[in-house]
Order: sequence, then C-alpha cells, then structure tokens
Amino acid sequence: MKETMISDSSMQAGRGRSQAPAVERELKPPGTRPESAVEEFVAQDYKYGFYTEVEQEVIPPGLNEDIIRLISSKKGEAKFMLDWRLKSYRRWLTMEEPSWQNVHYLPIDYQKIIYYAAPKPKAPGPASLEEVDPEIIRTFEKLGIPLEEQKRLAGVAVDAVFDSVSVATTFKEKLAELGIIFCSFSEAVQQHPELVEKYLGSVVPHSDNFFAALNSAVFSDGSFCYIPKGVRCPMELSTYFRINARDTGQFERTLIIAEVGSYVSYLVGCTAPMRDSNQLHAAVVELIALDHAQIKYSTIQNWYPGDKQGRGGIYNFVTKRGKCLGAHSKISWTQVETGSAITWKYPGCILQGDHSIGEFYSVALTNNYQQADTGTKMIHIGRNTRSTIVSKGISAGHGQNTYRGLVKILKGATGARNYSQCDSLLLGDKCGAHTFPYLEVKNSSSTVEHEASTSKIGEDQIFYCRQRGLSNEDAVSMIVNGFCRQVFKELPMEFAVEAHKLLGVSLEGSVG
Amino acid sequence: MLEIKNLRASVDNNEILKGIDLSIRAGEVHAIMGPNGSGKSTLAQVLAGREAFAVTAGAVTYQGRDLLAMPPEERAREGIFLAFQYPVEIPGVSNLYFVRTALNTIRKQQGLEELDAMDFLALAKEKMKLLGIDETLMGRPVNEGFSGGEKKRNEILQMLVLEPKLAILDETDSGLDIDAVRIVADGVNALRSAERAILVVTHYQRLLNYIIPDHVHVLYNGRLVKSGDKNLALELEEKGYSWLEQGAAA
Ligand SMILES: Nc1ncnc2c1ncn2[C@@H]1O[C@H](COP(=O)(O)OP(=O)(O)OP(=O)(O)O)[C@@H](O)[C@H]1O
Ligand SMILES: [Mg+2]
Repeated sequence: MKETMISDSSMQAGRGRSQAPAVERELKPPGTRPESAVEEFVAQDYKYGFYTEVEQEVIPPGLNEDIIRLISSKKGEAKFMLDWRLKSYRRWLTMEEPSWQNVHYLPIDYQKIIYYAAPKPKAPGPASLEEVDPEIIRTFEKLGIPLEEQKRLAGVAVDAVFDSVSVATTFKEKLAELGIIFCSFSEAVQQHPELVEKYLGSVVPHSDNFFAALNSAVFSDGSFCYIPKGVRCPMELSTYFRINARDTGQFERTLIIAEVGSYVSYLVGCTAPMRDSNQLHAAVVELIALDHAQIKYSTIQNWYPGDKQGRGGIYNFVTKRGKCLGAHSKISWTQVETGSAITWKYPGCILQGDHSIGEFYSVALTNNYQQADTGTKMIHIGRNTRSTIVSKGISAGHGQNTYRGLVKILKGATGARNYSQCDSLLLGDKCGAHTFPYLEVKNSSSTVEHEASTSKIGEDQIFYCRQRGLSNEDAVSMIVNGFCRQVFKELPMEFAVEAHKLLGVSLEGSVG
Repeated sequence: MLEIKNLRASVDNNEILKGIDLSIRAGEVHAIMGPNGSGKSTLAQVLAGREAFAVTAGAVTYQGRDLLAMPPEERAREGIFLAFQYPVEIPGVSNLYFVRTALNTIRKQQGLEELDAMDFLALAKEKMKLLGIDETLMGRPVNEGFSGGEKKRNEILQMLVLEPKLAILDETDSGLDIDAVRIVADGVNALRSAERAILVVTHYQRLLNYIIPDHVHVLYNGRLVKSGDKNLALELEEKGYSWLEQGAAA
C-alpha cells in the first residue's frame, strides 16, 4: 500500500481536538473523567483462554524445504501442491517483512515457530465424528460450538479447525445433495484437485505479500467451499478456528467459489488459550464470485488479546481478498475484531466484473495494549462498479486503532462509485485512533465520497443512561453497541447477538 | 421523602449551590423558579447524582437513606427520575430498546419479572397515545434528530413508563407548543399520587395552571430565597425577580 495518500487524520486521545457527539450541552463539567467510567468497564477477563490436553503430533520447530516437504507429505498432497508450496517458500525467502503498518512488535523468529501441530488421529484416513478425540469435541462444546449435528443450530454448518487441522465438518452430506462442497482444505486437495488448482492463488497470489507467501508455503488446513451454479446455500457455512498448541503458528487457508447465480453466507469465529508468549496467525482467504453470484463473509475474531499489561496474545496477520470476477456479482465483508494482540488485515474486493459490488463493514476494538491496523482495499476495474466502506474503530485503555483503506478506480471503471465512512470512538485518554484513507482515481466519471469522525464517549451520555437505572458497564456497552449498529445489522442473526455480547465483554472494566 | 439540608455544590471550584434547605413529602408537588444561571439544573443534577458536581457540604436523605452516597443508577432504581432540560442523544440505540432496558433494570431491582418485547411495546404504545407521540419515534435512536419538543415528550414518556417515586422535571415545558404543555401536564398529573412526589423546575407560571403545585420556591444565586404557595408564581410573573435581590444578598 504505497499509493498516494490524500488525507491523513490521526488523533491521539488526550491531545488534539476531540469532537463531542452532537448533543446539546447545558453543563460542561470540567472535573469529570468519562474514562474513569470507561476504565472499570474495560478490565474483563478473556473467557476462552483454557488449554486442552490432547495427544499431539508435532513436528520440530523451524522452516526449511524439508519441513515443507514434511507438511505436504503428511497431507498426502499431489505434486502440484508441493511445487506451489516450494515456489512460495523460495519467493518468501526473497521478501522482507513489511514495516509500514502502524503497529509495533518485537521481531518474529520464524525458525522458532512450529509449523504443524495436530491432534493425533485414532485411525488413519478421514475421521468421522466418533473417531475425534472426545477432548476436542468437549473443547468446541465449551466454546459454544457443538459438533454433533443434532445439537447444532439447524441453520449453520461448521468446519472445526483445531491447530493445524480440520477435525470435523458438519452437515456435509446434506449440503452435498445440492452439489455444495463444504469440507476441509486438505480434503478438497484430495477430492477436488481440479478446483483447487484452478483457483488457489488466483485472488491472493503466492507472491502477494510476506505473510501470504509464508502461508502459501506452510498452510496446513482450512476450509473449502464450492457453491454450484444457481444454488442458494440453504444454511450459513462456518469455520471455527481454535489455536491450542504452544509455540505453533496457525496458517490456514480458505477458498470459497460461488458459481454463476449462486449465494452463500459464510462465518468465521476464532479463539485461543491465554499464554505469555505471542503466537502468529497468518491466514489467507480467497473468495471468487462469478456472474450474479453473491458471497457474504462475516468474521468474529476473538483470538486471545494478551493480558492487561500487553503480555502475550495472537498476532493476527491475515490476507483476505475477494474477486468479483463476474458481472453483477457481489462480495460483502463484515468483521468484528475484538481479539488479538495485533490485528493487521485489509479484506478487500477486486471489482472486475461490470456492475459488481464490494462492501466492507468493520468494527475493530482495541483495549489494554491491543493494536489494530485494519481496513480494506476496493479495486474498481469494471464499469459501474460500486463499493461501500463502513468502519467503526473503538479504542480503550492503551489501545491503538488505525483505519487504513484504499479505494482505487482504474481507467476502465467508468461510472464507478465509492462511499466510505470511518468513525472512531475513544474510551479514555490513553488510547488512540488514526485514519489513513488512500485514494487513487484514474477515471473522471467516478464518484468517491469519504466521511470521517472521531468522538469521545460522552460523559453526558453515560450519565443519561445511569439516570435511567443502567449500570456504568451497561451504559458504555449500550453506547458502544449503538455506535456499531450500522455494522452489526449486516451480521447474520446468531452472530449479531454474539457480537453484541462480545463487545460488552471485551470492554468490561474499561469504565470507572 | 426527600430532605435536603444546607446543600452546597460546586463545579471547578465555583460554588453554585450555596446552602439549600428543602423538604418534600410524598404526595406533594413542588415548583422551583428562578432566573437563568441561578442553579436550578445544578440542583436537579446533584439530586440525580451527576458526579461532575462536587457536593462540598450538607446532607440529603431520600426515603430515610443517605442519597449522596448512592451512585446515580441506584438512585434511579430507587425511584428517582430526572427529565433532562437537554435530553441526550444516543446514536444507534433504539429508543424502544433503551426504555425497555431501563424499565427492566428497575423492575429487577424491585423483584418484578422483566417485561418481554411484546408486553413492553403494548405498554409503551398506551403511553405514547396518551402523550400524542408518533410511534415511529420509538423505533428511532434515542433522541437523535428529535425536535426540541419531541425530546421533551420523550422524557415524559420515559417517566410514565418508569413510574418514579420522585420525579424531577427540569424545564420540561420549555420549547413546547401550547397543546404540548397541556399534554405534558396531563402526563404529570396522571402520575400524581399520595406515594409520589414531583419537583418541577420552570420559568413559566403557565405550566403551574395545569400542574397545581403545593409549594413554590425561588432559587436565586444558589439559594432558595423565598417560598410560598401557587400565588407566589403569579407574583413572580408580574414582578420578575429583581425585587428579591435584597433578600438574596443578605
Ligand atoms: N460545568 C460547569 N462549569 C462551569 N460553570 C457551570 C457548569 N455547570 C453549570 N455552571 C454554572 O452554574 C450556574 C448555574 O447553572 P444551572 O444550569 O444550574 O442554571 P439554571 O438555573 O438551570 O439556569 P437556566 O434557567 O438557564 O436553565 C451557571 O452560572 C452556569 O454557568
Ligand atoms: Mg437549567
């Protein structure tokens, strides 16, 4: 993202200007510290930080061609996959870790990471649910993700990924009746190599960026999804990622292909145990939408964020991109990012087909010492392509929250339109919000609109709520949820409820 | 019900309330009048628990308890309601959801069952009808983009739903058209009962034609300088406040 920057507005709480929300104020109490209300609220504990004892199959730490061959052979992959991995690895060796992002971390030692950790299978071959270690089933149950189909919400199919492998995929048979393929990435490589070979790397090339190249070399599993022509997927598809093992990195890959006239809504959730050391999660997600196809991709990211002093937590460095290949296709990204020590991602859309539509709705919350540098890239190539960006950043504690977004309108994108809205909310005076919108317009018939605002949570709003009987925490949670409403309403029902709760939990204690 | 003794409060080291004594019994309606900046809203907010104001002296008992020791939400749950002079906007939070959450928090405190969305809607509709409030207002975010009058009516709607024991109305009649003043007064009168008390802050005698007060007080420069019955309001209407200046300076 080295494009020209047309505007940059950064704001650090405590200094610089702050725009209060548009409320009439009679009383301007200088002695009040809304952050005191906020501090108490933000000090809540991570509820998913437990560790599961399972028998593991772990390879030695470190990265070299032999490790890559080992991963590939463990998965019994065809030659095309191994070649692709090696090509990616060699490319990665020539790349430098990027440093332009507005996040700070100690150098990562790539030779110390374990690139493959999997619960030991009881029997060789694809496991049915009966063969999955009951500890793992219990783990997912504890996370609110029961894997027995009869216990599942009827409308949601799940692929459960535990460390480096997919352990179970529900409702596979039922979906297969409609021709829908929903399985682990490993299985797709075995069963549908032609689709994998055709689309893998077609949206995020192996050479795209440092972490994408690394992922391409070592990725171990993930989800694969194919919706055939004209099929509207009758249930939400979802992947739940759980990091369990210590010192491992999680490198998963998701590939979703929506054929002509099809529709799918896809959800991702993630959690990890609490640890003092940082763990790397470098995923790649590729979406492909053909003519008139629609993909709705929603994420609730709740990786372990580190403790209150900023120790530990996941480095969430992922590359997510969708390609609206066909005319009138549509890809929507909705993300709620509350976890991770560092979140660094820009789910974007390549709007290649004429009249295609890209959307990005984001809530990113940083509390304690969390950092987020997130946003989107909308690349308008086709005629009359449209994109919408709505980003809501919330900073509490010492959290740093950066929105970074690129809107690029190429020469041929006649009649392209973009609307962007970036709002930041500050809870307290030690956190920061920054906005970096980049814009590149090569076609004069296009329209681009950008709106941005930064506000502090109002002491008057909190008082108003408390006067009506709400506790401090409920007041802040309600105000913050209201701030995020535009994004939450894009989430599928079950997820919206979860997101709502999660924000409350992630913020709890940030108010005092 | 409410006993205020020598209450002093300041903000930023500026003393605004300079020793207030006031006693309100259940069943009574008190009106406070006084010039701009005399401290009426400050008194209302101190009673509601706004931490921005530092109470520097005095004591307040509410239903036998030390009111000043209670956080604002506890006061609210114990039946104190403040209709704000300037109601606050909360973007993105539906009015209906907001008021229901408030009601259920208070009901929970009282050991009552929470109302579900359907039952609540029925209750809210009944009150809206009483106040002539457009139903679409309930679906909109709290006070966001409401007209001045709509905001004031919304405060009264919340009051009727929450059924407080002590209602404090800070200039709820300001900015209302004549019909609306009438409607708001009807709302307040509907709440009037032997167990409840009401404190209205107003600039206009007009309101007191509809809400007949038992006592009228004049707040002047941080002190209650005169008290009387409803006729005091008429006298103020006629003479203004300047004749009280001597008493206040003393
Ligand atoms: N946060 C604050 N900082 C400084 N002064 C304040 C603050 N809040 C209130 N005041 C001052 O306290 C005094 C009393 O204000 P208050 O709002 O209580 O008056 P009021 O009687 O309600 O007036 P009005 O009739 O105009 O509503 C005013 O002089 C006001 O400027
Ligand atoms: Mg006032």
